[in-house]
Amino acid sequence: MTDAPVAELVSVEVDYAAGRALGPFSLALAPGEITALVGPSGCGKSTALRLLAGLEGPTRGEVRRSPRRGEIAVVFQAPTLAPWLTAQDNVGLPLELSGLKRAEARRRAAAALERVGLGHAIASRPAQLSGGMAMRVSLARALVTEPRLLMLDEPFAALDEITRRTLADDVLALWADIRPAIVFVTHSVEEAVYMASRVVVLSRGPGRIAGELSVAGPLPRPEGFRTTPGFRATVEAVSAVLAKGMQG
Amino acid sequence: MMRRAMDILAPLVLIAVLLGAWEAACRILEVPAYFLPAPSAVGAALVADAESLAVSAWNTLSMALAALVISSLIAQALALTVALSATLERAIKPLAVVLQVTPVVAIAPLVVIWAGIDNPERAIIALAAVVAFFPIFSGAVTGLKAADPDLERLFDLYGAGRIQRLLRLRLPSSIPYLMEGHKVAAGLALIGAVVAEFVAGSGGAQGLAWRILEAGNRLQTARMFAALVVLGLMGALLYAALTRLERTGLRWWRGR
Repeated sequence: MTDAPVAELVSVEVDYAAGRALGPFSLALAPGEITALVGPSGCGKSTALRLLAGLEGPTRGEVRRSPRRGEIAVVFQAPTLAPWLTAQDNVGLPLELSGLKRAEARRRAAAALERVGLGHAIASRPAQLSGGMAMRVSLARALVTEPRLLMLDEPFAALDEITRRTLADDVLALWADIRPAIVFVTHSVEEAVYMASRVVVLSRGPGRIAGELSVAGPLPRPEGFRTTPGFRATVEAVSAVLAKGMQG
Repeated sequence: MMRRAMDILAPLVLIAVLLGAWEAACRILEVPAYFLPAPSAVGAALVADAESLAVSAWNTLSMALAALVISSLIAQALALTVALSATLERAIKPLAVVLQVTPVVAIAPLVVIWAGIDNPERAIIALAAVVAFFPIFSGAVTGLKAADPDLERLFDLYGAGRIQRLLRLRLPSSIPYLMEGHKVAAGLALIGAVVAEFVAGSGGAQGLAWRILEAGNRLQTARMFAALVVLGLMGALLYAALTRLERTGLRWWRGR
C-alpha cells in the first residue's frame, strides 16, 4: 500500500491575462519523495510550485494538500531574507509568527543555523553574508519548522557551480534528518537528476508533462555519484525528453 | 588622498574666484552699496549683526524643526491608516495631493486667521508643516508597500496576521523610504518657515525672513545678504546633517 500524497495537483489549469500559463497538469507528491520539475523558461514550473504552496489558486482543477500552513516551507531563487534582522532572527521568524516565544524561537533558530554550518554567523546580517551563506540561512529558515512539504524554486540559480554542488549535498543531508516531501524547480538537468528521486519534465508553455523519469540510487548521494554510468544515462534520458518538450 | 583634497579644494577655489571677481567689479564699477554690496561689506555686516543673526537663525530653525516633528507625526500616522485600508487610501490620497499642490502663500492668510493674529509663530509652524508633510507621507506610503514580494509570500505562508505583517515586515521595510522623506522634508520645512514668515509676519519670534525684510525696507542690502548667507549655510548644514543621519541609519538597517 502506498502512502497518501502530501500534496496533489489534479488536472489544474492556470490562465493569466496573457493566456494559459499551465496545464492541464497533474502531479502527486508522496511523503518523503524528492521531485524535480524541469522545463523550458515560462513553462509554468514556478506556477505549479505556487499552486502546491497555496500561494495561488488554479483557474480550473483541484489542489489537494494535507500539511497545514506551518508545515509548508518555500525557498525562493533569492535568499529573501529581511535585511534588518540577523541570521538568527530571520530563521526564527516563521516560529515567532506561528506564536512561539521569542527565546524558544531563537534557540531553535540557532540550532537550525548550526545544522547548516552557520553556527558562527548567527549574529550576522544578510548583507554581511556571501550568496551561498545567505542561501543556507534561507534553507535553515525553511527547515526550522520541520515542514512536511518543502518547495525550492530555483534556489541555486544565482550561485557558482561549486557552491551549487555543496548546497545540493547540504539539502539532501538536511532532507535525511526530517524527510519532508521536496519539490524543486531547476533549469539544470544534472542538478535535477542528482537531487531527485523523480524528475518531471514539462513541455514548452503552457506546461504539460512531457515525461517523467525515476532516478535510481541512494539519497543522499554517495561520493562520485555524478560519474556513475547510471547518473550519466539518466541525465541523457532527461535531456532527450526536455529537447522534445522544448518543441511543445 | 589627492582626489579627496581636490574634492574639497575645487569648490573653495571657485567660491574664492567668484567672490574676488564680485569684489573687484563692485570697486572698479563703483556699484552703489544699496544695489549690490561688495563681499567685504557683506562680511562686515555678518560680523556686526552676528548676535542678532544667530538669534534669528535659531528662531527660524526651531520653527522649522517644530514643523518637521509635527508633519512627521501626522504624515506617518496617516500613512499607517492608509496602509491598513485601501478605502481610506482612496479617500485620503487626493486630499494629500491637493495640500501638496496648493502654494503655501495662498493659504497663509487663512492659517494666520486660524492661528490668531497674535500668534504668528503658530501660523509659521503650521504652514511649514504643511510644506514638509507630503514627502514624509508619500515616502511612508511608498515604503509601507515596498516590502519584498517574496517576503510577503513567506508571510502568507506562515499565516501572519495583519498586525504581524505591519509590525514585522512593512514598517521595517519602509525605514529607508521614511529617512529619504525626512531628508527632503527638512529642507522644505526650512523653506516653508521662511516663506511663511514673509507672509505671516514674525511677531516676537523674529526669524531670518524678518531680518531680510527689515534690512530691505531700510535699503541695507549688505545686511540682507548677510541674512541670506546665514540662511544658505543653515540649509546646507541641515541637509548635510540629515544626509549623514540617513547614511548612518541605512548602515544600521542593512547591517553594514
